[in-house]
Amino acid sequence: MLSLHQNKKISSPVITTLLVGLLSTLAFGVTPAQRGLEIAIEVDNRDNGFNDNTSTLEMVLGNKYGESTTRKMRTKTLEQNDDGDKSQIIFDNPRDVKGTSFLSFTHKKGSDDQWLYLPGLKRVKRISSSNKSGPFMGSEFAFEDISSQEVEKYTYRYLKDEKLDGRDTYVIERDPVDPKSGYTKQNVWIDKERYIALKIDFYDRKSSLLKTLTIGEYNQYLDKFWRANKWEMVNHQTGKTTLLSYSNWNFRTGLKDKNFTKNSLKRSR
Amino acid sequence: MKRIFFAFAVLLAGVYSFANELTGYVGFEGRGFFNKPLHKNQKNNSLSTSIKLEFFHDFEDDNERIVATLFGRKDSVGEERNHIDISELYWWKGYEDFELYVGMRKVFWGVAETSHLVDVINSSDGVENIDGEDKLGQPMVSLLFEKDWGTVELFALTGFRESTYLGSKDRLRSGLVINDNFTTYESSQKEKHIDFAGRYTHVIGDVDLGLIYFKGTNREPSYNKISVGNEDVLSPYYNQVEILGTDVQLTSGDFLWKFEGTHTNSKNSADYFSQVGGFEYTFVGIGDTSGDLGVFMEYQYDDRDDAVGQNDLAVGMRYVLNDTQSTEFLGAITQDLDNKTKFISIEGSRRLTDTWSIESELRVFSTVSSEDALYDLRDDDYLQIVFKRYF
Repeated sequence: MLSLHQNKKISSPVITTLLVGLLSTLAFGVTPAQRGLEIAIEVDNRDNGFNDNTSTLEMVLGNKYGESTTRKMRTKTLEQNDDGDKSQIIFDNPRDVKGTSFLSFTHKKGSDDQWLYLPGLKRVKRISSSNKSGPFMGSEFAFEDISSQEVEKYTYRYLKDEKLDGRDTYVIERDPVDPKSGYTKQNVWIDKERYIALKIDFYDRKSSLLKTLTIGEYNQYLDKFWRANKWEMVNHQTGKTTLLSYSNWNFRTGLKDKNFTKNSLKRSR
Repeated sequence: MKRIFFAFAVLLAGVYSFANELTGYVGFEGRGFFNKPLHKNQKNNSLSTSIKLEFFHDFEDDNERIVATLFGRKDSVGEERNHIDISELYWWKGYEDFELYVGMRKVFWGVAETSHLVDVINSSDGVENIDGEDKLGQPMVSLLFEKDWGTVELFALTGFRESTYLGSKDRLRSGLVINDNFTTYESSQKEKHIDFAGRYTHVIGDVDLGLIYFKGTNREPSYNKISVGNEDVLSPYYNQVEILGTDVQLTSGDFLWKFEGTHTNSKNSADYFSQVGGFEYTFVGIGDTSGDLGVFMEYQYDDRDDAVGQNDLAVGMRYVLNDTQSTEFLGAITQDLDNKTKFISIEGSRRLTDTWSIESELRVFSTVSSEDALYDLRDDDYLQIVFKRYF
């Protein structure tokens, strides 16, 4: 979770599309849809094999009057071989939600599985994942913005090459497959050299520009996996902002499936 | 003793307020009742302070943990709501194939919103609230096995803790005061009877399935009217029961379908079946806002005519604003389908600052029939506001 370039094996329809794309490319040249998908798959492939990671994050919510509030969380993610990631978020601040914890199984196809642990009642609740367009913790990030980004969750279109802050990027459009998404499309600027997202424009259901996410301070781990420490979301329609700052990245910490169950959720602190 | 506890608690809270392993809150509660007290001796309104302290410590590479949770309340009425409870005081250890818990714990089972039938392990902290969600810690030794085919928990409940009951001056009590000096048990071992329980849970796609088994001292007493001096009081009677039950939730798109059912049998009274079931549907992002509106309906049935949910329909709404302050409202009306008694509950909560929050609840007992289990509470409509300072 909480990363735009999470891996996973590519399902066979994708491979078929790719092959068909490849063949037609030889015959007729690449279509923008094929080019877009190829880029998305390359982004995905380059993040394959991280196994698991943990991090802490701070979320600063700001409104247009310059007031801000802070949230603190810890996250754990476990890569799955043939499906979306499993992940958990444990809340540390504000204090009234301390100990609350959120478990999510992302699926390539169909809706994700989500549970919430409420420490006051010692209760684990299975919750509906169809509110993906809703705000995460009152922030400018929607649930769908922070959940594991599977290739299959969008259709793609290559738009153009562009320089962004001195870096060569591909600009691709991706359209959410799920009708419950709060977006009609997203434009993503992808670093040509490292295959990581640097900027995303989100368009709302009326196709007007809603938010812009700028992703920076990338570091490379295990000589392969890029993770960004600064994620800044600006809502153009409300003037509100959310800054996500990650720290304490750890990879291959030995997390297993049994660390991502309803039982382990109850024990998380 | 209580004063020492509070002084100690406040001191600890102060000293450790930045330590991650000690958390909790201090709550300041006001309860205002709209009608004069119905029963003799009852006080009108109340102010009270509560404190919850939760400590945990992990060791042995996080394979062992100790947890201690204390709860206490000091109430202006000066009756039974003044109390202290050790909610949790246990040691946990994770082995290769199983997990072991030893000590006092709270365990929640179930899926429904308006009734908690399969939640049978802990006794009620009956002086806290009438919603049955406040529980006393239960001493136990339990084992947990997580397998591909489900999670199994086995419990030996080493000693029974009697519910707390409201006193003569407290509101929201039964007409006759419950006197725990006259508690009786079916078992000759009384509160020392060791109870056993089992729990099976499994997630199968969109379905969260649970089964429960319980054998031992009933957490729900029955009451006998007895005379003490020249006053009638209720004496609690705890029989021995065997409970089999299930809780199931199907999560399908914006719908949550929920069911809980239990079958209870005992030696000296008739078997009975209890159930609660229904759905919750959420409208995401209503009216172009980021708020979610959930509507739910639950039907409660119980074979026993004098049970609270013997043939009742609960209809409610949950409005979550998804704003920075996590503002939420939950409203429900429970209608008895036989005698027209209505119970209305509206709860609201909002974060004020990083450490302060406000919670309120309004409860109204309307057109209460003399046949209904809520008859003694018919004049106890109240509004409660709690400010909580978390640390």
